[in-house]
Amino acid sequence: MKIAVCIKRVPDTDLRFSIARDGQSLDQTGLKYDISDFDGYAVEVALRLVEQQKAGEVVVVSLGPDAVQETLRKAFSMGAERGIHLRADTVPFDGMVIARALAAELREGGYDLILFGRMSTDSANGTVGPMVAGLLNLPCVSGISHLDIADGRGTARRELEGVAEEVTFPLPAVLTIDEGIARARLPSLKGIMAAKKKAIDTKPAQLGEAKLTVEKMELPAERAAGRIIGEGADAVPELVRLLQTEAKVL
Amino acid sequence: MANTFAYAESRAGSLRTVAFEAVSAARRAADASGGGEVHAMLLGAPGIAARAEELGRYGADVVIVVEHAGLERYNPEVAAATAAERIRSGGYRAAFFAASAEGRDLAPRVAAALDTSLASDVTSFELDGDAVLAQHSVFAGKAQVRVRLTGSPALVSLRPGAMAPVEAARSARVETAAPAIDPASARVVVTAMLDRGSAKLDLGEAPVIVSGGRGLRAAENFKLIEDLADAFGNAAVGATRAVTDDGWRPATDQIGQTGRVVSPTLYVAVGISGAVQHLAGMRSAGTIVAINKDKDAPIFKIADYGIVGDLFEIVPRLTEEVRKAKGG
Ligand SMILES: Cc1cc2nc3c(=O)[nH]c(=O)nc-3n(C[C@H](O)[C@H](O)[C@H](O)COP(=O)(O)OP(=O)(O)OC[C@H]3O[C@@H](n4cnc5c(N)ncnc54)[C@H](O)[C@@H]3O)c2cc1C
Ligand SMILES: Nc1ncnc2c1ncn2[C@@H]1O[C@H](COP(=O)(O)O)[C@@H](O)[C@H]1O
Repeated sequence: MKIAVCIKRVPDTDLRFSIARDGQSLDQTGLKYDISDFDGYAVEVALRLVEQQKAGEVVVVSLGPDAVQETLRKAFSMGAERGIHLRADTVPFDGMVIARALAAELREGGYDLILFGRMSTDSANGTVGPMVAGLLNLPCVSGISHLDIADGRGTARRELEGVAEEVTFPLPAVLTIDEGIARARLPSLKGIMAAKKKAIDTKPAQLGEAKLTVEKMELPAERAAGRIIGEGADAVPELVRLLQTEAKVL
Repeated sequence: MANTFAYAESRAGSLRTVAFEAVSAARRAADASGGGEVHAMLLGAPGIAARAEELGRYGADVVIVVEHAGLERYNPEVAAATAAERIRSGGYRAAFFAASAEGRDLAPRVAAALDTSLASDVTSFELDGDAVLAQHSVFAGKAQVRVRLTGSPALVSLRPGAMAPVEAARSARVETAAPAIDPASARVVVTAMLDRGSAKLDLGEAPVIVSGGRGLRAAENFKLIEDLADAFGNAAVGATRAVTDDGWRPATDQIGQTGRVVSPTLYVAVGISGAVQHLAGMRSAGTIVAINKDKDAPIFKIADYGIVGDLFEIVPRLTEEVRKAKGG
């Protein structure tokens, strides 16, 4: 079983953000970067499959500046075997541009499965996985919360609003990984040591023309400071009155 | 004058609210570019054509109906091929989808098929000459970007609930079309459907959401949350990841960065601390109410109205008062 997992390096969203002078990007001061949440789950899913089947290889792929090599090494320390770094000065915002470059790399890779996160935690587009599937003409299931592979076929569950579907599909296939399937394991000490020796193959990303560009980035308008109406159940009538007369939602 | 395209989502023979939102957005785009036509595509099992008229109410001039016994449920490969074929041949300037579970799956496939770019999960948009300028929230809602989309056609998926559909009644012409590929040839096959309480109001469509957090202390205490939701009458129940992780509520109830992103008119957060990952899913709600015993809980920073105290005393009282206010 040969599995590729596409992983993105993203800033930690728990920290305070401010906007850079260009008005189009984040001020980098004090930012910490890590693997995007869902991509960590995707690495975990791939590792478990290879462990179960006792054969195979997990290859991690990341597009971006040299710093993405740290993210690839993080995945190595979890257990991924090999890394591919598609070098680009910056990560484009346009999902199609990323998808074209990833698809060009993955096309001839002979992968049984290509995994993505459901969406990245920075740009939050949630488009790259199905786009790559489309470009490679592979079957695709997006947003899966459960996966089994046996005899060259996969079974997955995906949550749609209010219902869930169980689906089967042939390999090779593209899957995007949702919440609830697996939490990313923590790197072991042994893993961290081994990660240093694993190989990263670096090549230029084949970026086409971007037709979606960021013109402006801003912090959301702060919600007008709210008020604490009172304490305990005695404050309830006042709350209901405000919901009726001020907010007019009741 | 250019025509615009909208994908009208249906489920079990009925149109979803997001279908009207997509048609309404397409209407606005068509009007802004000199009054072209809106062509809405509706896929479904035989009989779905009966719904075409409802799309006219929100501004569709033409409804392209694709009926097939194999299209009772969303079939990604067929929907993508059929929508892409029509968008290609129709010469549309822009095409609108919902950023719902279905639309998030479909729109990027259509973008790949047409080799064009997609602005995803858009909360508002305007036209600027041939370009679309769209707002989209990034970094778990901690920032937002305005993107310029210059692809032709421009593909846009709309955050559910962000732009209310506006009536623009006309009587839509119905055209019929065949699926671009045989539904039986799809490689991904649905083998079972699991009901996740779809009889209840969906989080994406509910005007009011009452959400509970770890402060509820146990699964059975969610009865308090359900009772309050019942009192509102038009409310769905949500939860934090702390709650869904512990299995007190199903994972599908989770609101936040890694759960559902919602924008109801009213959001009531009960026993929820207000972690950034949770706020990412609900900060665009119209009015936010928080009930928490800790006056320093971060949820109070974004709540319009807060009550400090024990939820086990406050919520039953609130349920009672809401019932009264609703006249029941
Ligand atoms: C990668 C990642 C993704 C995540 N995604 C999500 C997500 O999508 N959605 C999400 O919700 N979380 C998400 N989280 C988790 C998030 O960080 C928080 O841990 C979680 O939201 C906390 O849930 P909570 O508010 O229910 O619990 P807590 O933070 O434990 O808060 C409980 C609150 O209840 C109050 N309380 C307790 N007892 C009472 C009482 N009797 N009366 C009134 N108030 C009371 C307390 O004062 C406290 O404020 C994510 C975390 C990570 C790392
Ligand atoms: N620069 C990148 N390098 C590698 N994988 C990426 C990159 N950007 C996006 N992806 C993958 O595509 C998924 C969806 O990203 P997005 O469409 O940007 O939300 C991510 O979870 C990753 O799996």
